[in-house]
Amino acid sequence: MTSPSRADILRDGLWRRNAGVVQLLGLCPLLAVSTSAVTGLGLGLATLFVLTCTNLLVSLLRPVLVGSLRIPVFVLVIASLVTVVELVLAAWLPALDQRLGLFVALIVTNCTILARAEAFASRQPPGAALLDGLATGTGFAAVLLILGAARELVGRGTLFAGLDLLFGPAAAGAGLTLPVDGLLLAVLPPGAFIGLGLMVAAWRWLNLRPHANVAQAGAATPTGESHR
Amino acid sequence: MTPSPTSELRRGLAVLCGVAIAAAGLVALTWQAAAPRIEANVQARAEAGLAAVLGNRVFDNALAATGHSPQSAAARAAGIERVWLARREGEPVAVVLQVATAEGYSGRIVLLLGLTPAGEVLGVETLSHRETPGLGDFIEADRSDWLSQFHGRGLGHPSAERWRVRRDGGDFDAVTGATVTARAVTGALQRALVYFEGHAPTLLAYRDPDPTHGTADPLTVP
Ligand SMILES: Cc1cc2nc3c(=O)[nH]c(=O)nc-3n(C[C@H](O)[C@H](O)[C@H](O)COP(=O)(O)O)c2cc1C
Repeated sequence: MTSPSRADILRDGLWRRNAGVVQLLGLCPLLAVSTSAVTGLGLGLATLFVLTCTNLLVSLLRPVLVGSLRIPVFVLVIASLVTVVELVLAAWLPALDQRLGLFVALIVTNCTILARAEAFASRQPPGAALLDGLATGTGFAAVLLILGAARELVGRGTLFAGLDLLFGPAAAGAGLTLPVDGLLLAVLPPGAFIGLGLMVAAWRWLNLRPHANVAQAGAATPTGESHR
Repeated sequence: MTPSPTSELRRGLAVLCGVAIAAAGLVALTWQAAAPRIEANVQARAEAGLAAVLGNRVFDNALAATGHSPQSAAARAAGIERVWLARREGEPVAVVLQVATAEGYSGRIVLLLGLTPAGEVLGVETLSHRETPGLGDFIEADRSDWLSQFHGRGLGHPSAERWRVRRDGGDFDAVTGATVTARAVTGALQRALVYFEGHAPTLLAYRDPDPTHGTADPLTVP
């Protein structure tokens, strides 16, 4: 099997095969935590970290992995990394940890991570796996951030409120507040589905315009199977 | 070319065990580094919450360590879950009640209520709730100052039967469209005040049963 080029890995993870708006993986945390830009970004970064480390470790373990026992190894790696993230958040970013609550632990159930370990990292060299983790994780985090920001802006009329939860007291009051009340629906659960639906629609619209020729191939095979 | 299935399985199990041991080691190391901070954070959160409902009352005892849970039926009926006693030079200066209610829009609402020994409200904070974001979350002190309308009030100011939202013939403002939440909180505070009025002598006389805790505050030892 040949390795995809770096540009392909990046374009796939960030855009063509984006975990959030194309593969629609990891929807549970995506929808639940995207009530504000800060919580969305917080969970996005935590997921990015777990995804990248899992990809790298799985790729490094590749020579010793045995087919029938590989999934338990992946699960062990993912679960311990998520536990580490949980402990680090609780110890060093307690306020953010309070907001994200259970959803940090639920990173473990994000299918994107297991899918990348199985479909990519366990068949590719560490460099490519690392890049794929970074690209896929960044793509997912970007969707969380955009959805969170949009819901916060429409639902509460603020943007990046509580940035100090993520970046310490220095960032207190850095957020933006509009002199409007906001449309409650956006921060309620239906708002998450509507927002994500709009993002999926926007992705398709951008890709299916006639001159978007490169991306059109990606849209035709949204799971990116063309490499294998 | 392929090794026998059993030898491959054995190799796979060895790898799995190795990964498990490494993973356990990683988690253990992280825990070792994080545990003291996590404990300190929990403690700090508890103390900050308690201090927040005491206005600017000054106390000199280890307030968090005085937490105890009254077991009486009256406490249970009023939703009182925990009580703390702030003292200064051995004299009670304030009481903090943790009171819970299930009458909110969804799930339990847990409140902290700070009172003077005479039963006047020093402060109210919401510890946890699951009311609807944007609608019922006005009970969070950093989202709205709705809770501050209770400051300085007590039983008799207004009287117990007027400790309700205006809609129900009481003295307190509700939030239009979210009366359920406002009613639940007002009701919980009313029950806590009535409980405190009935049990003030016992609550104010509380002594930490564990003398090793008490030594943090030598002045309170009679
Ligand atoms: C999706 C949804 C969420 C609601 N959340 C709350 C809430 O958190 N707190 C609340 O008091 N009422 C909430 N309500 C409204 C209550 O059902 C009820 O209509 C309201 O509290 C009555 O207040 P009003 O008499 O001032 O309109 C919610 C209603 C809907 C449809």
